[in-house]
Order: sequence, then C-alpha cells, then structure tokens
Amino acid sequence: MKKKVLGLLLAATMSIGMLAGCGGSGSADTSASTDTAATTEEAAPAADTSSEEAAPAAAASGEGKTYALVTKSAGNAFMELLGQGFKEAVEASGGTAIIKDPASATADAQISEISSLISQGVDSILVAANDENALQAVLQEASDAGIKILTVDSDVAANSRAVFVNQASTELIGQTLLDACYDIAGGEGQYAILSATSQATNQNAWIEAMKAAAEADSKYANLELVEVAYGDDEPQKSTDQTQALLEKYPDLKVICAPTTVGIAAAAKVLQDSGSSVKLTGLGLPSEMVEYIGEDDAHSCPYMYLWNMIDLGNLAGYTSVALVNGDLTGAVGDTYEAGSMGTFEVVDVNGATQVILGNPFKFDASNVQEWADKGM
Amino acid sequence: MKKKSLWQTLTGSREMSLVAVLIVLLIVITILSPSFLSPTNISQIFRNNALTLLMAIGMLCVMLTAGIDISITSTLAFAGMTIGMLQKYDVIHNTFLLFLIGTGIGIVCGLLNGVIIAKAKVAPIICTMGFMYIWRGMAYVVSGNAWASGADVAGFSDFGKEGSPGPYIILIVAYVIFFIVMKWTRFGRKIYAVGSNAEAARISGINVDRTVISVYTIMGLLAGLAGVLSVSIYASAQPNMQYAKEMDVIAACVIGGVSMNGGRGSVAGTFLGALIIAIIAKALPLVGIDAIAQNLVKGIIILAVVILNVITQRMMDHQNLVRREM
Repeated sequence: MKKKVLGLLLAATMSIGMLAGCGGSGSADTSASTDTAATTEEAAPAADTSSEEAAPAAAASGEGKTYALVTKSAGNAFMELLGQGFKEAVEASGGTAIIKDPASATADAQISEISSLISQGVDSILVAANDENALQAVLQEASDAGIKILTVDSDVAANSRAVFVNQASTELIGQTLLDACYDIAGGEGQYAILSATSQATNQNAWIEAMKAAAEADSKYANLELVEVAYGDDEPQKSTDQTQALLEKYPDLKVICAPTTVGIAAAAKVLQDSGSSVKLTGLGLPSEMVEYIGEDDAHSCPYMYLWNMIDLGNLAGYTSVALVNGDLTGAVGDTYEAGSMGTFEVVDVNGATQVILGNPFKFDASNVQEWADKGM
Repeated sequence: MKKKSLWQTLTGSREMSLVAVLIVLLIVITILSPSFLSPTNISQIFRNNALTLLMAIGMLCVMLTAGIDISITSTLAFAGMTIGMLQKYDVIHNTFLLFLIGTGIGIVCGLLNGVIIAKAKVAPIICTMGFMYIWRGMAYVVSGNAWASGADVAGFSDFGKEGSPGPYIILIVAYVIFFIVMKWTRFGRKIYAVGSNAEAARISGINVDRTVISVYTIMGLLAGLAGVLSVSIYASAQPNMQYAKEMDVIAACVIGGVSMNGGRGSVAGTFLGALIIAIIAKALPLVGIDAIAQNLVKGIIILAVVILNVITQRMMDHQNLVRREM
C-alpha cells in the first residue's frame, strides 16, 4: 500500500515535470544536450508574412544553412532566452537552428559539443564561452573545417572567432554600475562587489571597468570599493559571502552584484534581515520582482540588464550574415540584422565586437511587466 | 560483548578530541574575527548549513553499513526542483504538502538505491553514481530550462526565512530522533552489526538486505527533505543546486570519525564533524582569506582534522591494548 502511494506520487511528479517542461519553454529543448532543430519549410513562409521588407531578402540568404549555438549550460534560464532569440532570427532567415546546452558550465563540456557540431557539418557556431582560452584548439579545428565562428555574452580570445556579439560595451556596463553605486550610496561611502566565480571572463571585465571608471573621475573619490567577493553563482555560497560582507564592513552602503544568481541571493539576505545596505547590479526581472522597490522594505532600488531575447536575435542575424558573406568580421563592416536595423563592427581594445546597446534599467515601475514577459 | 564496550569507549574519547578541535578552531577564528560567536552568526551557521547537517545523519547510517551514497545532492535537486516547479506553475502552494511531496520523492530515490545495492549486489558507489546522473538529469528535465525564484516560491519561503524557526526545528528533531534510534533501538544496533560484520549479522538472524534498503531509504528521505528545505531557505530552485556538495556531507562524516569501512561512527561525532564543516564555510570569508584561496584552506583544514583523528584513534587503540593485557 505504502509503495503504491509512493509510486503514484512519483508518477504524478514526473508528469507534472513534463507539463512544466512544456510550459517553461517554447522549444522542445529540455534535457541536457539535446538538439532543437526547426524545419525550414515552416519557418520561411512565416518570415515572409510577419516582418517588413528586410525579412524576405534575409529569408533567401539563410535557406538550407544550419546555424549552431552552444550555450553556457543546460538549465540556465538566461541562456534559454538567448536561445529563443537566436532561433527566431535564424528561422526568420530561413535557416535551421541547432541549440546545444552542455550538461555543465565548463569549457570541457563545450569542447565536446563543438566537436560533435564539427562532424555534423554546420555552417556556423555561436558560443557563449565558459572559458576565455580553453576553447581555442577546438574552435581552430572548426574554423579549418570552414565553419564560421562567433561568440556571444562571454568572449574567447579574439583570434579564435570572427566577431563577438556583445550585450553592451564593457566600459558602459562598468560606468553604469558604478554610477548606480554612486547614486544609491549618496555620493560617498563603502561599496562591495559580489561576483560569480573568480575566473568568469565577463564578470572580471565588468569589475575592471568599474575600477577604471572610478579612477577616471574625481567625483568618485569618496566612494570606496572594500572587497570583491565571489559567490560562485551558488545561492548558498553567495548567501555566506553576503553575510560576511555585512559582518566585516558595518559601514557598508551598497553591494553591487553583476551576476543573476548572486544578486538574487544577496537581495534575499538583505531584505530578510532588514539591513540598511542597498543592492544593485545585473539581474533577471523574474528573479528580482520581490526585491525591487524604492522603499526600505525592498533591498534593491533598481538594477540593470539587457534584453536577452534581443541579444539572441542579433547573434542569430550575425551568424546568418557571416555565413552568407555580408559580414567578414573586420572593423567597419556593416550588415542588416533583420528588423533590428543596421549594425557595425567596432574595435574595442583590439577585439572586434558588435554591440547590442545600452544596459536596460529595471525599477519598481517596469520590473513586473518584464517578469511577465518571462525574462 | 567485550568488543562493544571497547567500541563505546573509543567513540566516547574520539568525540572529545573533536570537541577539542572545535574549540581550537573557534579560538583561532575569534582572534581573527572577534564578533564571530555573535548570536546572529551562530544562527546563520546552522541555517546556511542546514542541508549538510541534515544529510550527514543519513550518510552516517549509510557509511555504518560500509556503503556510500553520492547521489544525495542529485536527489536533493530533483526533489527541490519538482516542488519549485509545482509552485512556479501554481499547482500546489501548501507548505506541508510540498514538504510531503519532496520527502516522498527522496524516499523513492533512496529506496531504489537500497534495493539495487541490497538485491542486485551492485557496489554502492557504482549504483549511487548511476543515480547521481539520473536524478540530476531528472532535475533538469523537470526544470524545462526554467528556474523557480523569489516570487514563485513566496509564502513557502517564509518557512526557511531568516528569523523563522523552521530549519532549526527540523534539525533538532532529526538529530534527537537519530541520536535515540542509533543508541537505544534494535534498528540502530542492527545497522552497526551489519556494518561491523555482515556475515555474523546474517547468522545471528538480522535481515541484512532489509537493513541496507532501510539505510538508503533514510538517506533518500533526508536528501529529499533537504531539497525542500533548500528551496525554502534560498527562495530559489535551480537544477544545479548544491552541485558536488555531497563531498561536504561525506567530509562531515569522515571528520566526525565515521569509518569508511563501516561499523564505526556516532550521531554526536557526525554532528561535530558537520559543525566543523559549517564553521569553516562561515569563517573563511570573514577572517580575511582571499576568496580564490578559500577552497585550498578548507581542504587543508579537513585533511588536518582527519589526520589528527587517525592519530588519536591509533593512540587510543594502543592504550586499550595495553590496558587489556594488564
């Protein structure tokens, strides 16, 4: 009897799990490392009817081509949105999108995904890199096989890829975050940074940019960065690190967490303990709805992020442009990104990039709306 | 009978050596960070490490039978993710029911481990390795690449919120129950008997298979419960939650003097071991050790304590032998 009940329970949870899988994502891409391939027949006419004059031209350009995306890891809601945008853009161009989610957020897992894509003979590979240098050999191999390589969200060494599709320029993110700390702290006082891992390429670049911006202008002279803590994108460790910051620096005014897991964990710690320390950084609206608000009952007055779907979209159109030769990745190249308009390749410290735009501000007035959109 | 009394003296003294280690550790930390033993900090130590503390009891039972279970954090993630999704899609919001479902999933996971290990005679590390992948995979499947976060689990997360007694009550109840079960009940003695000498236990009429199945089921139950607790404490369910943290749980047991060969270990020792792990986790960011070196220091402390343990054990063995000859 007992076993029967348990059996039923398990069956129920599994079926609910499957329902959840359907509800949670537009793609059928649920388990670790599965393909999401869409047929061109369905996608092409849809593109013709849905969008303006650029779309039919683009539709022809992507016909019969296969564009791959290797995300950071499976089970990452952030990457899921990126994939969604990527797929939309590729299908609007008449191509086939393959999205690979490595089982773990490591370079090793990405290397094996990229290797299998090489043998599959795809036309382009877009990577959100887990490591700046470790992917070099396998990307070279892909490049030798005639596959176009580009990166998104987190870059690799510039000579390993044609172009990096950047969410917002590193300098601008650093400046924006620093200004947020300056504003929330009231122009002076201590602030700390809660990052992900100490090796995360993008985190480190943003933190460096914050430091550089602080040195560049004397108005930040009274703003003191006391510590960069690493929560490893784990809720538990991020909680420990946040509490340690509060304990170590009684005069702390602001914590800046440029990572989605870290900011959510820190927001909970600050809000639950009723701390006067305020929070800002980069976070997902759906994770932060509870914590964003101007009053003392909320720990985060405002935060930033970019539109991950748009980023995926831009990366998708950039993949298409690279494969059909509209874009070589050289500085000054311009190309059409579907309905998003014209983009230009720029040089940032010797690395070629396409930049989506400015970080987007989320505060009490708009966070719910974006959370409802699934972001 | 003589063997049992010898064993009791040994563990008794071993726990004393752990208490000594704990005191030394606390003195060093307090010198480096004077406010470490504040009430807030102490409550945070237990709350943030409730999962390790809870699962360490189950691991003790498993290791007493000379087994090991490395699938626990996968079970935790599967149970946690499931109840996270149940809330995200507004299926169930009743805290009690969610605890029941999560724990139920844990029991099923543990039961399967136990049955395969006991009946099919698969080595525990192999069997639980398989399930480590399976349940982690299930957590990903259940998640459908989505996370449950703050707003999704609102209400439910009040149970584990800072200041709520929930996690502490669960910990106290679990430790009291297992302290009694392991020390004074037949079931507890059976576990020790199976681990000390399975053949002898079988001959003396103990159903070895059933005991083995029971300990893995208990482990599963506690892992499932830890999964629910994790979602409540951190107000977040992600499929990679507590990834690779089973090693902390095993380390807690080993530090607490639980033998990998079975038959030796106690609830009190396990508690002290888990507490040492918890204090290390809390203290490292506080005492000014550079973030990138924290794991290194953690490893060194764990090894040092275990080596100290082994040396004390050997000295005590020696003393007891001498005493017996006299």
